Amino acid sequence: RIRMYATGKYSSRGPALIPRMKTKHRIYYITLFSVVLLGLIATGMFQFWPHSIESAADWSLDKRSVHDAPLVRLPVSSPIPERGDLGCRMHTCFDVYRCGYNPKNRIKVYIYPLQKFVDELGVPISSTGLSREYNDLLSAISDSDFYTDDVTRACLFIPSIDVLNQNSLRIRETAQALAMLPRWDKGMNHLLFNMLPGGPPDYNTALDVPRDRALLAGGGFSTWTYRQGYDVSIPVYSPLSADVELPERQPGPRRYFILSSQTAIHREYRAELERLKEENGEALLLLDKCSNLSQGAAAARKRCYKGQVYDYPQILQESSFCVVLRGARLGQAALSDVLQAGCVPVILADSYILPFSEVLDWKRASVVIPEEKLSEMYTILKSIPHRQVEEMQRQARWFWEAYFSSMKAIGVTTLQIINDRIYPYAARTYEQWNNPPVVKWSSVNSPLFLPLIPPRAPGFTAVVLTYDRVESLFRVITEISKVPSLAKLLVVWNNQNKSPPEESLWPKIGVPLKVVRTKENKLSNRFFPYDEIETEAVLAIDDDIIMLTSDELQFGYEVWREFPDRLVGYPGRLHLWDHEMGKWKYESEWTNEVSMVLTGAAFYHKYFNYLYTYKMPGDIKNWVDAHMNCEDIAMNFLVANITGKAPIKVTPRKKFKCPECTAIDGLSLDQTHMVERSECINKFASVFGTMPLKVVEHRADPVLYKDDFPEKLKSFPNIGSL
Amino acid sequence: MQARKKYVLLGLCACCWLVLFYWGGGVQLRLLRLLTRHRGEVVRPWPNWTDRAFLPRYAHLDELQTDPGTAESPRQRRQAWSAIYKDSRCRMETCFDFTRCRRRGREGFRVYIYPSEKNDRVSESYRKILTSIGESRYYTSDPREACLFVLGIDTLDRDQLSGQFVPNVDERIRGYPLWNDGRNHLIFNLYSGTWPNYTEDLGFNIGQAILAKASLNTEHFRPGFDVSIPLFSKDHPQKGGERGWLVRNTIPPRRKYLLMFKGKRYLTGIGSDTRNALHHIHNGKDIVSLTTCRHGKDWEKHKDLVLSGSLSPEESLDSFICATCVQAACIPVLLSNGWELPFSDVIQWNQAVIEGDERLLLQVPSTVRAVGNERVLALRQRTQMLWEAYFSSVDKIVLTTLEIIKDRVFSHISRNKYMWNSLPGGLLVLPEYSTHLAHFPFYYLGLGVSPGQEFTAVIHAVSPLVSQSQPIMKLLQVVSKSKYCSQIIILWNSEKPPPSRSKWPPMPVPLTVTDGRRKTTSRFLPHVAIETEAVLSLDEDTVLLTSEVNFAFLVWRSFPERIVGYPPRSHFWDPLKRAWGYTSKWTNDYSIVLTGAAFYHRYYHYLFSHYLPQSLRTLVDRTSNCEDILMNFLVSAVTHLPPIKVAQRKQYKELPSPQGTKSVPWANPEHFNQRQECVNTFANWFGYMPLVHSQFRLDPVLFKDQVSVLRKKYKDLEKA
Repeated sequence: RIRMYATGKYSSRGPALIPRMKTKHRIYYITLFSVVLLGLIATGMFQFWPHSIESAADWSLDKRSVHDAPLVRLPVSSPIPERGDLGCRMHTCFDVYRCGYNPKNRIKVYIYPLQKFVDELGVPISSTGLSREYNDLLSAISDSDFYTDDVTRACLFIPSIDVLNQNSLRIRETAQALAMLPRWDKGMNHLLFNMLPGGPPDYNTALDVPRDRALLAGGGFSTWTYRQGYDVSIPVYSPLSADVELPERQPGPRRYFILSSQTAIHREYRAELERLKEENGEALLLLDKCSNLSQGAAAARKRCYKGQVYDYPQILQESSFCVVLRGARLGQAALSDVLQAGCVPVILADSYILPFSEVLDWKRASVVIPEEKLSEMYTILKSIPHRQVEEMQRQARWFWEAYFSSMKAIGVTTLQIINDRIYPYAARTYEQWNNPPVVKWSSVNSPLFLPLIPPRAPGFTAVVLTYDRVESLFRVITEISKVPSLAKLLVVWNNQNKSPPEESLWPKIGVPLKVVRTKENKLSNRFFPYDEIETEAVLAIDDDIIMLTSDELQFGYEVWREFPDRLVGYPGRLHLWDHEMGKWKYESEWTNEVSMVLTGAAFYHKYFNYLYTYKMPGDIKNWVDAHMNCEDIAMNFLVANITGKAPIKVTPRKKFKCPECTAIDGLSLDQTHMVERSECINKFASVFGTMPLKVVEHRADPVLYKDDFPEKLKSFPNIGSL
Repeated sequence: MQARKKYVLLGLCACCWLVLFYWGGGVQLRLLRLLTRHRGEVVRPWPNWTDRAFLPRYAHLDELQTDPGTAESPRQRRQAWSAIYKDSRCRMETCFDFTRCRRRGREGFRVYIYPSEKNDRVSESYRKILTSIGESRYYTSDPREACLFVLGIDTLDRDQLSGQFVPNVDERIRGYPLWNDGRNHLIFNLYSGTWPNYTEDLGFNIGQAILAKASLNTEHFRPGFDVSIPLFSKDHPQKGGERGWLVRNTIPPRRKYLLMFKGKRYLTGIGSDTRNALHHIHNGKDIVSLTTCRHGKDWEKHKDLVLSGSLSPEESLDSFICATCVQAACIPVLLSNGWELPFSDVIQWNQAVIEGDERLLLQVPSTVRAVGNERVLALRQRTQMLWEAYFSSVDKIVLTTLEIIKDRVFSHISRNKYMWNSLPGGLLVLPEYSTHLAHFPFYYLGLGVSPGQEFTAVIHAVSPLVSQSQPIMKLLQVVSKSKYCSQIIILWNSEKPPPSRSKWPPMPVPLTVTDGRRKTTSRFLPHVAIETEAVLSLDEDTVLLTSEVNFAFLVWRSFPERIVGYPPRSHFWDPLKRAWGYTSKWTNDYSIVLTGAAFYHRYYHYLFSHYLPQSLRTLVDRTSNCEDILMNFLVSAVTHLPPIKVAQRKQYKELPSPQGTKSVPWANPEHFNQRQECVNTFANWFGYMPLVHSQFRLDPVLFKDQVSVLRKKYKDLEKA
């Protein structure tokens, strides 16, 4: 702001100087001036678009081949890291000081440049070198927000040595290569990705390469090798995901109930499955590889049953449940195919740590059955309700889309999980991890979810918005002050041209009265979370609402205490769908339904003031202030959207009209005003992207309202008088 | 003069330039980096290789799909496992005998307690644990049908210096014929080891037994096998338990103190470094560090706290501090590296506490200050939820432990994480009823779905059918006319056999008659015939209008977790008798609505029949009374909210019985006294009074308003 001021001052003086000078001086000055101006512009340009300059410089360097990677020769005697320590945890084996505190709560990840490691004889340490998948993973990470090219600022290091598949590795040499990395430091803060661990004959469930303290993102952990809270369990990526496009199918019953599509299942399991098929017939489909096709890509895409050929993985979409059995390894690529097909996986792999189980709730997407109970599989699955199966199908597909579908998804999810551990106070929530977008969109997480009935004692703060109707205001103040639970009265003086009356003129009331003067005449001032409001409950009231009795207000407060997360108000309104016009309409007639309450007289939680002032979506707040209308509709939208609940209208309808003023509906009676309110509803619905308002047919009355019972024994006798 | 102006102008320009240059900061830095980059070795993002397309796959499809297979058969492997993975490497698969829990659900999960011997000293805390198990629905006195065994020997305090230390445990358990090297045994422990190291050593070999232990170290924790429990004192209530102290959601949610640390302070020894460091961030204003010397008196300060710190794994008091802190609705800031949090199997602690690294202690104040108001609000409510659901009584702690183990044993009929971590908490969600979230009344908003559009009417019939003008006939017609009614079930509880099909009037909805076996509780049995979420429970003599039914159903759809009914009743505390009272008088508030005419979710049938103890249901059956009060207790205990009364045209008048043979039961003063007693018995079982008062009833929007009747949807309700 200071800079703008300075330059403004300068330029305003400039032209005044020039005419008084001699011509040659003038030319001189103009030249000088333009030079300076150009300099300024150039500096500014440099400052605001420096990235384009940098990236332009980078382009030329990208034309590189994998084969250009520098060669590193490993001496035979170069050190080998220790085997991983099973006792490693974040607080013992991870150097958290490298990550430190940062306002974005995001870890910085460094990727080592690609090098080609060979032993002394020149034989590479890996038969494949950099694989396409690992390359995809690394480039996805380098494109993500986690990436840093500054090795000194990094919190996590990812070697470019591809260890996805242990089969293609020379274990000892790979370990030596890891130890050669310049920042290795006993593997501290290093992350390795491995999908196929172990080798014959015993197939270890974790990568056999000695790796010191490095974290392992592994694709087949068992509960004995998985270091909970340290390692990350990842899926075994299925390359079919990239090759085959399976469109999402609507959840629902499928042609087959259970499908087994894995080839080379152990004969003990196959015998068990065959027996199940005998018992249950057509509901089961047991596929195997096709004997007439030779090995190769074509064979991998076909499955056979008694000579009948099926396309794989398309056939997976024809079944409700798909069996994923363990093989020599615990992690199976079939799991990814099954999820992609939206088939509910039935996982039989004792001790297997499911992918991303730290954050994903697999019980909502899969059925895990102990291997011993394979024979009971059919009865177990039959006992699951239909609606739940559909839910699981949807969930399975969502897990695949979000966390399995590509190497990028797998890599970024892994980093996010580690990030959540290092900055647990900024971790993603269960809902964020597990709810599919359609649920995220339609569900609500009310900020005031705990069922509490706040105590009566703190009372409420009445906030009266006023402009210049002093007489009416004073009457309102006098009326409200009779309400037993009133704790404080706050007058929001919205008139900048006129001072509020002198203190001595205000009515004398038994509770503190504060006047807040606003800077601008804006409707949103009514919803500002003033520090003066010390109670949870706020009564927003217009300066002309004098017709509410003390009983009615006190009753309103009592009802609010039972619904502290809702708007509790007096006049109710409704939104309707206008079929002819094809849009929403505002309705203020006497209807049987209510979806809004006017904030000209309504109780609500102070928290909603925060939301209105700081979290109102889109430009709604400005729109309201510009049009001087609809602040109440905006508040109703906001509360309904975040709580998913309807407002509560209290007490019978009364004529909100006072003798000398135009009443709460005064403005609303105006026809154009009503049209504008309909427009508001349409405008807000489009900003919210949905119609959050809920329609109900009830209102709250005192228990004994209009009952045949002595009035003087009722707690709130004076209710509903016109 | 001119020259001077010139220089002034020039100087001004230079200044502007400099200001602009410095403004964005880092301009020079960027410039410098750009320049150095071109010279030195370039550290750059992962390159876009020109030959990316030619890179090999990490594995061939064949390799991925065709499993290499192992020589070992799966059965052999499983057998071999149990020999390898035992003791400290125990998992459910290898150290737990599932065959003992063959039968499904609750029947399969039975817990046996070894009888304690005469000269055994059992501490107060352990006695409470045993009582909880003994009174739970899983208890069995027959070891043959047990799936889980609990020792009668007090193993809570294994500190050899403690007075409650029981010696010779090893020899004694080895003498048990059922010990079986600890298989299927559950051992509770609160303190282990002794000063100064407090190791995890229990002083006896637990073998393959499951350890339910407070302050477990992650290093010794057998994931998926052991259960970490909170530490509790001997004064911890057996049941019920105090509600949390959060009664208001004040905004902004700050309290007097921002951060408080509490714990023992040793000058030397374990954790003393951290403690010393703690002293540095103490500022006496909003961050205070309390140590042992001031223990006790400052407890009340918790009520003023937003956040509280808890420290170090070695100090067993930790979890106790944490529990107290959770109750006080201050958010625990956990700095104990390596401490397995209580019930970490199922509770998502990162949604309820702020976890920090002990090593980054000095960052804690800034971290804590950076936590937004919204998050503080949510964290505080969540700690309260957890406190009330799992920690507030010994019953809850023990039951949670058992349910966690049960969920493992029957993993395909178990609760998911969402059920454990959202209201009303896992203990009140019985997976045998359903594992589907939408089948419960609690999760509609969280899932973004709304309750079903139809209801099932369950009519409780006790008098035989003699005439077509009986109230039940009228009731059937009224209810079946409702457009939301999908079916009617008549629960036949009369002495006479149910009449033939033809005796019932023809109806637009299916009618089922089931035998209630003359039990009052049968009206709340989870009949499989009930297919809708909403149940309308009716007495045979209820007088209702179709529009009343419709209105109440629409109200229920807004409050699916509560009971929505017509005639209210109330409870009160009678200070003279020092007991709870019950009244049916007209009062300005109510806490019960009678289930003779009420809507509620069908899940409550299941809870009523399976969650409540047999003793209470027997009481109801014996007296043929109080079932409605018990249902109200149950629902309010689940929701912490009152029921909802809706408008009704007529007040319940005590109509003379049409038969004139039997007097109306509620005219009988004995009946009333029974109900008074019931209220006290129930409150006793729950351990507190769950009923909550409400002061409003819900009426149709235009109810008795001075508007043309033609405008009103529910005009019938206003007729006298």
